[in-house]
Amino acid sequence: MKIHEYQGKEIFRRFGLAVPRGSPAFSVDEAVRVAKALPGPVWVVKAQIHAGGRGKGGGVKLARSLDEVRALAGQILGMQLKTHQTGPEGQKVRRLLIEEGADIAKELYVGMVVDRTTQRVALMASSEGGMDIEEVAAKTPEKIHKVFVDPKAGLTDREADDVARKIGIPAASVPAARAMLKGLYKVFDETDASLAEINPMILTGDGRVVALDAKLNFDANALFRHPDIVEMRDLEEEDPAEVEASKFDLSYISLDGDIGCLVNGAGLAMATMDTIKLYGGEPANFLDVGGGATAEKVTEAFKIMLTNPHLKAILVNIFGGIMKCDTIAEGVVAASKAVSLKVPLVVRMKGTNEEIGRKILADSGLPIISASNMAEAAEKVVAAARGK
Amino acid sequence: MSILVNRDTKVITQGITGKTGAFHTKMCRDYANGRACFVAGVNPKKAGEDFEGVPIYATVKDAKAATGATASVIYVPPPFAAAAIDEAVDAGLDLVVCITEGIPVRDMIRTRDRMKGSRTLLLGPNCPGVITPDELKIGIMPGHIHRKGRIGVVSRSGTLTYEAVGQLTELGLGQSSAVGIGGDPVNGLKHIDILRLFNDDPETDAVVMIGEIGGSDEETAAQWAKANMKKPVVGFIAGVTAPPGKRMGHAGAIISGGKGTAQEKLAVMEACGIKVTRNPAEMGKLLKSVL
Repeated sequence: MKIHEYQGKEIFRRFGLAVPRGSPAFSVDEAVRVAKALPGPVWVVKAQIHAGGRGKGGGVKLARSLDEVRALAGQILGMQLKTHQTGPEGQKVRRLLIEEGADIAKELYVGMVVDRTTQRVALMASSEGGMDIEEVAAKTPEKIHKVFVDPKAGLTDREADDVARKIGIPAASVPAARAMLKGLYKVFDETDASLAEINPMILTGDGRVVALDAKLNFDANALFRHPDIVEMRDLEEEDPAEVEASKFDLSYISLDGDIGCLVNGAGLAMATMDTIKLYGGEPANFLDVGGGATAEKVTEAFKIMLTNPHLKAILVNIFGGIMKCDTIAEGVVAASKAVSLKVPLVVRMKGTNEEIGRKILADSGLPIISASNMAEAAEKVVAAARGK
Repeated sequence: MSILVNRDTKVITQGITGKTGAFHTKMCRDYANGRACFVAGVNPKKAGEDFEGVPIYATVKDAKAATGATASVIYVPPPFAAAAIDEAVDAGLDLVVCITEGIPVRDMIRTRDRMKGSRTLLLGPNCPGVITPDELKIGIMPGHIHRKGRIGVVSRSGTLTYEAVGQLTELGLGQSSAVGIGGDPVNGLKHIDILRLFNDDPETDAVVMIGEIGGSDEETAAQWAKANMKKPVVGFIAGVTAPPGKRMGHAGAIISGGKGTAQEKLAVMEACGIKVTRNPAEMGKLLKSVL
């Protein structure tokens, strides 16, 4: 789960990390009110969307007067902010963060993720702050310093100090950097984060270390123990189809193509998408109905796929194991009728009771195209999507 | 022979009284030698009772002491599943199979750290389990699609494993063992560990290795295979079409920073002498072609 920068900074504050003073604003008037409460003479107006690259896209601006805060807030609120992470249509800005300006002497990068190989939290830090860290990793990997944190000991003073020095923090500011790094690990650990990033973390003219940005993602599997974080979820930033699917415990992701896929199991779902592509088609979505799909779940899945105006055909690929093919077939028939399906439907079912399942589909009177294996199913659905 | 489990393995079910645990224990007992293999269940509140004749103990330690079991399978709900693994590890079992999906990553980091220096092997979490056809099934895979034979199967995903097994069986190729290592980012046995076991198993002739986007486990396994594997391996990687940064159902299946893409994995596997296909409908055929 993702949250906004201002929410990330609220969490940082709670854990004692140094962040600039500021508050969120949902309207132009509120932006000016927030700015008035700050000392000035410089304010930063920051678009709050769940995507990176906001500065480059024109969503972060410096104001030198309250009038300028008003003008910039008016400009940014409601704009379609396009960044390398939003896609070509951009993301509408509905919230702002108004902050005091900072005296930046140096911009640095700090990030944390779970490293699968060492099975530990990895701290990554670099002297190249403010830049795209993937670019730094590709061009100058020697500038990225890593610590794999021992889960029993946590990030130690020695490790934190060592990293701080390596990224160019002067001796007098090492204790401040240590507090920031250790604090960030504590945030990561205690909130069940899956990603924590401060880019840039800055060294100020007077030697303080401040988090100028805050990016936090959380492990969806751990949200049950963080109701306060769940409350921070902003559904307007998420794909409506994906939000709807999550209500029915369906794992759904919108893609750019025109062939809908309904599959049981994540691996098989990805493999089905790959097969469609292999036969010249483009999948419209990833959809895993899970192991215990019921007729009701299949119907909801169909409804969600059909909200996509570009949909030209649907492929159902089920490997019935514990779940029986006749149950699925009944679900598919009921769903097709319930949504009065207009696009061609190709079904491939394999496993327990597949003959009974095929008979149910054939007897339903619906124009369902049957396939006996994945390749045939993909070939048929691609042809159907092209109107052949 | 086979790997990890055979007809003589004694198994404890942790979470035997829950809906999932009860259902699958029943299915597993009905498969091959299951009735003799599933010897105990664990539920601290129901010690002394039984589940369809399977005695229930308060702890894994008690169950092990009373029955001589060496393996366990876990169906405990996600908030308590890591602690269930810890308990099985502390009891000194040889193998723990964790089926539970949705365990917080932080819990698994701690559990895996605790396991350092322990002799227990962990399969999963978020995995279908392991089956040695005609002998023993531990997990949620459909038993009837398997045939006894000499092909090893290892995969992260459940239904994709069944797909491969189904194709092999249709071509008349039985399986020595089929292993689902699970889709989570922090887990126990990895592709490389399972390849090692198949390499040493005199009754396995060749292996189907199925991977997914995310991480670098498949690459590590492929490099090991290049230097050590005495048997042919064929492979498939799911997720060529997956967009970066999106989680495709499995918590582990996410591409970040250009690392762990299907193309990279396929390229490394090919460079290491593993024949790969980009068509998942042809995994079985590809394996047959290398025999």
